[in-house]
Amino acid sequence: MEQLKQKHKDVQGIIFINLIRLLFLVLVIILLLLLGKIVVEGSGILSLEFVFDSPRNNMTKGGIGPAIFGTIAVTFIMILFAVPLGVFSAIYLNEYAKDTFFTRVIRTSINNLAGVPSIVFGLFGLGFFILFIGRNIDDVLETGLLFGQPALLWASATLAVLVLPIVIVSTLEALNSVPKTHRDASYGLGATKWQTIKHVVLPQARPGILTGTILAISRGAGETAPILFLGAAFFLPNLPVVDLCIGDYCIPMINPTEQFMYLAYHIFILATQSSNPTKTLPIQYGSTLVLIALTFLLNITAILFRYRFRKILGRL
Amino acid sequence: MIAEQSHITDIKTPDRSQESSFGKKIKKSIRIKERIIKYFFAVNGAMALVFIILIFVFLFKEGFKALEHIGFLDFIYLDQVQADGSVKRVYEWYPTSAEARYSLVPLILGTLLTAIPGTIISTIFGVAAGIYLSEVANPKLKEFLKPMIELFAGIPTVVLGFIMLAVGASFFNDLLNPVNRLNAFIASLGLSFVIIPIIASLTEDALHSIPNDLRMASYGLGATKWQTIRHVILPAAFSGVSASIILGFGRAIGETMIVLMASGNAANITANIFESVRTMTATIAAEMGEVSQGSDHYYALFFIGIVLFTITFFLNLIAEIVISKMRKKNTF
Repeated sequence: MEQLKQKHKDVQGIIFINLIRLLFLVLVIILLLLLGKIVVEGSGILSLEFVFDSPRNNMTKGGIGPAIFGTIAVTFIMILFAVPLGVFSAIYLNEYAKDTFFTRVIRTSINNLAGVPSIVFGLFGLGFFILFIGRNIDDVLETGLLFGQPALLWASATLAVLVLPIVIVSTLEALNSVPKTHRDASYGLGATKWQTIKHVVLPQARPGILTGTILAISRGAGETAPILFLGAAFFLPNLPVVDLCIGDYCIPMINPTEQFMYLAYHIFILATQSSNPTKTLPIQYGSTLVLIALTFLLNITAILFRYRFRKILGRL
Repeated sequence: MIAEQSHITDIKTPDRSQESSFGKKIKKSIRIKERIIKYFFAVNGAMALVFIILIFVFLFKEGFKALEHIGFLDFIYLDQVQADGSVKRVYEWYPTSAEARYSLVPLILGTLLTAIPGTIISTIFGVAAGIYLSEVANPKLKEFLKPMIELFAGIPTVVLGFIMLAVGASFFNDLLNPVNRLNAFIASLGLSFVIIPIIASLTEDALHSIPNDLRMASYGLGATKWQTIRHVILPAAFSGVSASIILGFGRAIGETMIVLMASGNAANITANIFESVRTMTATIAAEMGEVSQGSDHYYALFFIGIVLFTITFFLNLIAEIVISKMRKKNTF
């Protein structure tokens, strides 16, 4: 009787464990089908020309060059904002702050910032960066309507706030993994706190900070909702570039006050507002493949980086 | 740990500075420099908090003007006077019509009709995947599969929206013959792609944090693997798993691109998952670009933003409280 019961329960166990295996397998198959579809449909159009060319003939021909340029420009400026802010913030939390009510509130806000819907960041960017900061800059500098409208700079700034938690959390993890003994050794040699951070802690935490930066770029490049009304454009004949001249010497610079094309936004526009869906579909799959490849490449780099980083620290 | 360190430096600094007056001078300037650096980092450290407050302030600054212009009750219903003089209560979102109607009821229902099925699907797959990764898969396979999950969590949502729009909608149109080609069901499937990785990796974390002693004790009592998972591991990790589901639900409510592209965007009041719906996020995304600044409609969209922000803020807060309670409980 006892044995029979035991056996019966085992059968139940086998069923459920295999059900779990099956569900996981289904998940993997669906994801691979999804990826396969994008790769198969997208790889046909993919070429160097496609990546660098401008869209032509009402988006039915040509490439996605300006959208890629816009994505790089926006994420570049975003990183300039987000990484220093995030790293300094993490240094404060991990190295200076004690476990007080204040730091707990900060940690809670980091988690909550990560959970704010991306479209709300768009509203925030519009209300704060464009209408408050931008308009006030215009008033002070008397430039007319230059900063107080959707522009590359404000899209970057908004995305920077959006990816800030990613940078902070990665940096915190990196700083936290630097052994305490190293800090003690540094103090023992008479180094001050800042000297210890600068010469002992930060060099060791660098791979972790880089991981956070890469993840932030990948997240920023994939976001669409926040930039919908912050300056992403359907089509622009010119790149958002301005010549910065000092005397006779001119260098082309990203123009932060202009609108821009964005790869993720480009996919959205082609999918929903295409004038000729059958003709734009190959371009759409091509753009999707490029975006997926970009984010996967960045994420894989970040994962490998973190893996190696953990391994190195594990050996210490 | 940190307190201890600063304690050490605090004791040592005055000792050394007494050695010579020259040393004292340097020490003083260094100490001032150290203090400036500390405050510099402290200012940066508060940034996340500052931005949360700024988001709150600027959302509410614009959104509350909606209450002055439109009125709170108008966000729920509008009493419309019919041609024959009778009054009809309507729950509609028609901000651009001559008699603008701002009821959030269809939008909230639309959000729930995509987010709840999406969360249910994701819970089944996500928790199963979490259990598989933590308890069933062999460790070598796991080391490969866990980064895979992370990788899929990084797929841009616009890509998922596009796939659901281009492939998923046609597939299910032939299979299920829904009322509308783009509907809440398609959107909720798209949402699952985003939420499954979240639930899976958080569930895995929660299960993984259960001490091995519990498993060993259970096996020692003669329990099978499934009995151990069912009666020991899952109950112990219950709060962690529920926190992951709450976070997933919050994410589903806040997700924009997928629902914007796949839900059909018609503000129907319906409980039929195969009809088109319009969510709060999609409404902001679709209408903010065309609305004129300072109009009632403009403020109404910010008001929707407040509703979204508040809901997700509290969901996150609940999840965080649950997780921190779990951490306290699990430190054996």
